[in-house]
Amino acid sequence: MQPIRRITVADTHGAVAEHNPNLRHHFDTMEQQFDSATLGMWVFLLTEIMFFGGMFCAYMIYRTMYPGAFASTSEHMNPLWGATNTAVLIVSSLTMALAVRAAHLGEQKALQILLLLTIFFGLCFLGVKAIEYREHWVDNKVPLIAGHWDYSNTDKYPNQAQYAKQAQILFCFYFFMTGFHAVHMIVGVALMLTIFTMARRGKFNSTYFTPVEISGLYWHFVDIVWIFLFPLLYLIGHTKESLF
Amino acid sequence: MSTVLQDPQTVETPNYLNAEYGWKSWLFTKDHKRIAILYIISITVMFVLGGIFAGLIRVELLTPQGDLVNSDTYNKFFTMHGIIMVFFFLIPSIPATLGNFFVPMMIGAKDLAFPRINLLSWYIYIVGAAFALTAIVMGGVDTGWTFYTPFSSTFSNTFVITAACGVFIAGFSSILTGLNFIVTIHKMRAPGMTWGRLPLFVWANYATSLIQVLGTPVVAITLALVGLERAFHIGIFDPAIGGDPILFQHMFWFYSHPAVYIMILPGMGVMSELVSCFSRKAVFGYSFVAASSIGIAVIGFLVWGHHMFVTGMSMYASLYFSLLSFLVAVPSAIKIFNWTATMFRGSISYDTPMLYAFGFMGLFTIGGLTGLFLATLAVDVHVTDTYFVVAHFHYVMVGGMVLAYMGGLHFWWPKITGRMYPEGWAKFSALLVFVGFNLTFFPQFIAGYLGQPRRYHAYAPEFQVYNVLSTAGASVLAVGYIIPFIYFMWSLKFGPLAGNNPWKAKGLEWQTTSPPPTYNFETTPIVTEEAYAYAAHKENHGG
Amino acid sequence: MHSIPSVRTYVLVWLTLTIMTFVTFYVSTINLGEWNIVVALLIAFFKMMLVILIFMNVKAESPLTKLFVGAGFFWMVLLLGQVAIDYISRTWMPEGKMW
Repeated sequence: MQPIRRITVADTHGAVAEHNPNLRHHFDTMEQQFDSATLGMWVFLLTEIMFFGGMFCAYMIYRTMYPGAFASTSEHMNPLWGATNTAVLIVSSLTMALAVRAAHLGEQKALQILLLLTIFFGLCFLGVKAIEYREHWVDNKVPLIAGHWDYSNTDKYPNQAQYAKQAQILFCFYFFMTGFHAVHMIVGVALMLTIFTMARRGKFNSTYFTPVEISGLYWHFVDIVWIFLFPLLYLIGHTKESLF
Repeated sequence: MSTVLQDPQTVETPNYLNAEYGWKSWLFTKDHKRIAILYIISITVMFVLGGIFAGLIRVELLTPQGDLVNSDTYNKFFTMHGIIMVFFFLIPSIPATLGNFFVPMMIGAKDLAFPRINLLSWYIYIVGAAFALTAIVMGGVDTGWTFYTPFSSTFSNTFVITAACGVFIAGFSSILTGLNFIVTIHKMRAPGMTWGRLPLFVWANYATSLIQVLGTPVVAITLALVGLERAFHIGIFDPAIGGDPILFQHMFWFYSHPAVYIMILPGMGVMSELVSCFSRKAVFGYSFVAASSIGIAVIGFLVWGHHMFVTGMSMYASLYFSLLSFLVAVPSAIKIFNWTATMFRGSISYDTPMLYAFGFMGLFTIGGLTGLFLATLAVDVHVTDTYFVVAHFHYVMVGGMVLAYMGGLHFWWPKITGRMYPEGWAKFSALLVFVGFNLTFFPQFIAGYLGQPRRYHAYAPEFQVYNVLSTAGASVLAVGYIIPFIYFMWSLKFGPLAGNNPWKAKGLEWQTTSPPPTYNFETTPIVTEEAYAYAAHKENHGG
Repeated sequence: MHSIPSVRTYVLVWLTLTIMTFVTFYVSTINLGEWNIVVALLIAFFKMMLVILIFMNVKAESPLTKLFVGAGFFWMVLLLGQVAIDYISRTWMPEGKMW
């Protein structure tokens, strides 16, 4: 419950004593503004949960329907790259969390360095994904582009042709799920660059760091999506060989 | 220089309309009230466009033969009618217009939590509408507003991707509005405005916003998958390579069923405001009505399979969805009972908003009850994909939601514009709408039950009499919509000034000037009384 | 505005997450049949909870925020679960096949 007080809306900067220059006029206090922004970001992340959830739902159904085809597609994924990317994103979440902490405490230098590190790790992730996509392209495992899908039997995979049609669906989901995830990563990197620029200009201090906080929430969420994508897309089907 | 004696009241108080002039002050506004007006204009344009397609449908169906247009063109008519009416009129309607305008005012706030996101929401709506209009101009879409696969993903030769883009984009507009409302209602209530004192219109918009936020992303990804399938010629939903069209329907209806509750809940919120004001009585069972809004929002996500009873879905799933569909009727019924109880021993006046409220109660009840027929498995097998279904959803959507929207527009018009509409013409139009509506859609129940299928441009000759009645009714209904458009426009310049509270209603929005000032209140109100604190006994109400 | 975890806490969580990633990887090389996916998802769930509670600081957030976070995941379960009801129960019918 908010405290009982009268606030004259006709007052602008003059009459009301000491209001933070970052306080937007439709809010009464900085705390209300911060809480609203955080709740707003969480509601947005809810929509993202449902957006990716839709893809997870379709993927779950097809994977259960076609276990053989699914196991065969898993052979074409490189779990080392997937694991590397998982580790990269996890450390980027660390640097992001530390960046938010620095912002809370008004530590400008630390904030900027940690943001740069987060951006760096984000770009590493995207780089690895680019390498993986290129490998799939070379391998002819891209059902989206005509002429780049080939699931016939080879020496290494003598039994896969029977799964060609269903594998096409599953590979589509691989590209869509990692693709939409990558798009969210790109947006995240762009967001972090913006936050970094704002930090360089001294926009943040311990009384106002809302953009850092809510961007951090977004970044962690994108990490969580990948935490689930990794085992679902890369690992099952690799049980027969150790990769160490 | 005017020679007419100026009433001192024509001297305008500073308000949100005269605060700034010029197109930039409108198109770049952050004021929730101006954004609401931008939305009113936009959805009215889309409503007219959707109405034109409805007119074309009804003209074709005057005769049993498919003689006006061929079947492909007819398919485009009902598809465009559905897409426009659902995604570009009904979904945004009350939340983006009356909700945008009044939710902040009703809770005593200066604006929504995120004014720039509010404006962005309107921009996104316009972009989505532009895509939809492009699809129409380029030649239309013929898949039905439901975009069923594999027709939409593989076989249709129309502009599916463009239309799907339009819907996808409009979905983001809806999500942003919902997000804004949720945060606003949680964080920006004035001192003393507890959850238990919120007007039920706010509760209804809150519940609607929950659905918008949780459901819309799923239809977004579903349509994205269809678009990607078309663009890349892959077969996610194509049975030929192992795709499952039923999966599309599951994902589509996961949103589209709760979407119908997005469409009706705000109308129910308006109903609570109207019935209480024009009965001079607090809404009976406030907490039940508030809880029923949340109940509808939640249970609404558990029933979508009732659109798929005959598709090949498992019988056990059908049982589950049928049972829950019966359950979801309960909170809606609670509202109807409570509004009726509100009127009991109230002091009822018959102003136009109340006439629309009466219409809602009767027509929504019919629509809702026929929904139960459809939820019954055995009956649904018989009437699914017939005009019975068409009549059912038009009773709830038009007889319910559109009437509530008209009632709300009339109720709040004096507050929004500072002007009063002409009551005589308004009552006449309300009557035309009621008569026209019933004449249009009641015969469709009968024709559907007797077997006329939906989405066909031709039908067996024995159904003609029902179709002729229906088309006649549609003409009357159209007139009933055109007249208010005219007198609302007229009232902007020539309507009498309304004063702050012409209905003597309770609610914070009536405590400020008509039109309101840009920041809504001179000082932040402090709320000390319950919602709808009308006197319980009869009082003299000067009509 | 809320209490913020210490650097030590963050680093510990990071280490745990990285170790769990290795564990997921290693377990996937052991053939547990159907249980592979269950174990993998359980570990992923555990990692997600760590990120949410500590990195996203939900542990220190208001009950309202916690409710919204929970609601988000619950709703995804509603989607997956109710769709699954259809496919699973198809096999209960005499001639029913899941697909």
